[in-house]
Amino acid sequence: MAETFKLRVNGRDCEVQAEPATPLLYILRNDLKLKGTRFGCGEAQCGACNVLLDGNAVPSCDTPLWSVPGHEVTTIEGIGGESGLHPLQQAFIDEQAIQCGYCIDGIIISAVALLRRERDPSNTQIAAALDRNLCRCGTHVRILRAIRAAARAMRASPKT
Amino acid sequence: MIPPPLPQSLKTTPRLDRWVCFNADRTVTVFSGKVELGQGIETAIAQIAADELDVALERLSLVAGDTTRSPDEWYTAGSQSIEIGGASIRLACAEVRSLFLEAAARELEVDVAELRVRDGTIEIAGTDLRTSYWDLAPRLSLARDATGAAAVKTPAQHWLVGKSAPRRDLRSKITGAAYVHDLELPGMVFGRALRPPSYLAKLAAFDADAIRAMPGVVAVLVSGNFIGLCAEREEQAISALRAARAAASWVEEPTLPSATEVGDFLPALPSVRSLVYRHGEALVAEAARRFEASYSKPYIAHASIGPSCALARYDRGKLTIWSHTQGSHFLRGQIAEVMGAAAADVEVIHKDGPGCYGHNGADDVALDAALLARACGRPVLVQWTREDELAWSPYGSAMVVRVAASLDATDRIVDWKHEIWSHTHIRRPGWGEGINLLAAWHMDPPFPLPPAKDVPQPTGGADRNAIPLYDFPAQEIGYHFIADMPLRVSALRSLGAFANIFAIESFVDELAAATNTDAIEFRLRHLQDARAREVIETVAKAARWKTCEKGDGARGRGFGFARYKNRSAYCAVIAEIEVGAALRVTRVVAAVDAGRVVNPDGLTNQIEGGIVQAISWALKEQVLWDRERVLSRSWESYPILRFDEVPDVEVLILSRPGESALGVGECAAGPTAAAVANALFNAMGVRARNLPLTPDRIARAME
Ligand code: FES
Ligand code: FES
Repeated sequence: MAETFKLRVNGRDCEVQAEPATPLLYILRNDLKLKGTRFGCGEAQCGACNVLLDGNAVPSCDTPLWSVPGHEVTTIEGIGGESGLHPLQQAFIDEQAIQCGYCIDGIIISAVALLRRERDPSNTQIAAALDRNLCRCGTHVRILRAIRAAARAMRASPKT
Repeated sequence: MIPPPLPQSLKTTPRLDRWVCFNADRTVTVFSGKVELGQGIETAIAQIAADELDVALERLSLVAGDTTRSPDEWYTAGSQSIEIGGASIRLACAEVRSLFLEAAARELEVDVAELRVRDGTIEIAGTDLRTSYWDLAPRLSLARDATGAAAVKTPAQHWLVGKSAPRRDLRSKITGAAYVHDLELPGMVFGRALRPPSYLAKLAAFDADAIRAMPGVVAVLVSGNFIGLCAEREEQAISALRAARAAASWVEEPTLPSATEVGDFLPALPSVRSLVYRHGEALVAEAARRFEASYSKPYIAHASIGPSCALARYDRGKLTIWSHTQGSHFLRGQIAEVMGAAAADVEVIHKDGPGCYGHNGADDVALDAALLARACGRPVLVQWTREDELAWSPYGSAMVVRVAASLDATDRIVDWKHEIWSHTHIRRPGWGEGINLLAAWHMDPPFPLPPAKDVPQPTGGADRNAIPLYDFPAQEIGYHFIADMPLRVSALRSLGAFANIFAIESFVDELAAATNTDAIEFRLRHLQDARAREVIETVAKAARWKTCEKGDGARGRGFGFARYKNRSAYCAVIAEIEVGAALRVTRVVAAVDAGRVVNPDGLTNQIEGGIVQAISWALKEQVLWDRERVLSRSWESYPILRFDEVPDVEVLILSRPGESALGVGECAAGPTAAAVANALFNAMGVRARNLPLTPDRIARAME
């Protein structure tokens, strides 16, 4: 049976009604219209659906709705958009580190989580942080470069 | 002066107003049949149009792949969008510009030569006489056919073509909704298709009413072996799909080959040989030494990161479909035929999707959506599962290539033989006869599986790039076409070129080693094409290639080269590898000559991606099956290259502003795979001829 759940998403409180087992992915996409969280496998194997849950990157396809209340959810829309791009998004555009782009939002989410705990990550650390993200277009080389560039930019202006 | 013949797209759609339209708000709309697939084509086409018309890029918008509004430009495929689509847009825009200049000259009573166009304003320098495309547009009808008579700009006149204009579609793709998957219509429901467990499985029993009774389920459509369902909420559709899967019982037959090693079963299947190419007489008598070897490539999945998706609306007999298809016009015709509708009652609108790399499930899911939209009377968004995408999309065909050659006493190759065993490499909807859409084969009555027909030379399908570019005095190329297809196959990026180049470039390497000659030196001895020599020399210099350098038992480097389709971009690759628990590619340097370059950074991005994807194919990828079922159904059972396995990649672009623009999306695949295998040999003296180069295959090759 559908139940009511209170969530906190991108800094706002909201209420949704759905089955408790519903993957967070569909709540975000269909109830909250946050389409930047993408369906890639539904099996926690590709990272396309990643969101931040209390600052950690998790696959929303594998996060049941009942487990979300009391935690802070951030999607790509909460990272940056109309009000201005996050330095990571800006770096992906500056480096043109995108081909089809389908994997990128989930990768940016993983990178945001990484740069919060590691201001100056090595390539090995970045690759490890992206271990659960797949990219089929082969954009990896530019993605790594964009994340390094964003880390540099964020160290230079620590406010962001 | 007789104008040169129009490109095919302009012949099909000659009317200029089908290509360019000046809008009242001082913007320009350009219509293109070539669609964005993540390859950056939208930006490149917009650059070409804006440059030729002399309007700012920001004023220009593109309508692509819309069956009502855009020209029919065949498929967006084969790295031809710049070569053909770009050429058509360029000619159409040049002609529009020249018509407007003539009209302006008449109105301003000046000579055309005195006029110049600046961001759409037509003016005479140093005076205040001016008009514009938009001022003149109401009086100048573009409802006329292109003649091809207007001169296009010379390279020196370009101000935007040749510049790395940033991609126009990126911002939305990293901030929210951007793909067909993200569309919503009022009253929309969520659809799923339950695919059979194996290719020829027959539905034996299924209680559709039990599924209809589930929460939120709006419709269940059962037709023959096709089962589709829709629900109010997406998670309800997923639960219903799960329940339907558990409830349906199927009869399966062991139809798949008993071996999964391509070399073991492919050449044994019935085939018909045709001669692809022959020249010269084999001088076998003079030959001092003869060599031969056999290479293979497995079935490879497109494995798009986003499973295919489509939105369909059925409203009083009119069907509208939003799709990430590569061929909107073909898809419209096929869906109309399956649904018994007139083509005029079906509209297909292209909307961006995840990268497809060839013919994946995009067209199939569009039919699923159309059938469900008609069945439930509400707009339906159908999303394929990961399993659907890996197990039901067509695969790139497996291939076996046997090569033989003779060397004379001076170690020159005097004859060359190349025999291919493969299926067709294209089976797109609209290619050849019949219906090529999955649900159409499963529904009742089913549409028959159409006969296979491969792409003929000069571009070729399985035989693409089978003819070496080297100057071997005698050559014979044969293609053993296997009509039967135990697995579903169709176009995968580069078609047969991947395996043919892998085989040619591996074998040339073997011959170089057999004659103790440097791998690059040996190739240059057999190669006169000046552009080919230049890309090879460029990459050798950039990677600091050392003549006859041997690997150290674990590390090594290898070389690979080809001119894609023997008529498109030249690409030379040097790969450095290291063998530990697995083969790891550590660095790749590539040089590419793609003629005139529209967007250098976009081109580099495409080549980098092609290299990384080819490394994934070469090291890891292979579709597996048992006698009934495909077993590659998730990222666990079909692994692809991961971030910690990706090499450093450096791409050098040779500048050729005077040459025609050549497509590059597919040029790096074959040279990269060959360079990796050649590097393995260089490192360890092990020749691995069967892809993928997994640790156990390398171990087997060492025995
Ligand atoms: S969709 Fe969630 S990890 Fe793939
Ligand atoms: S950019 Fe297409 S999958 Fe990563």
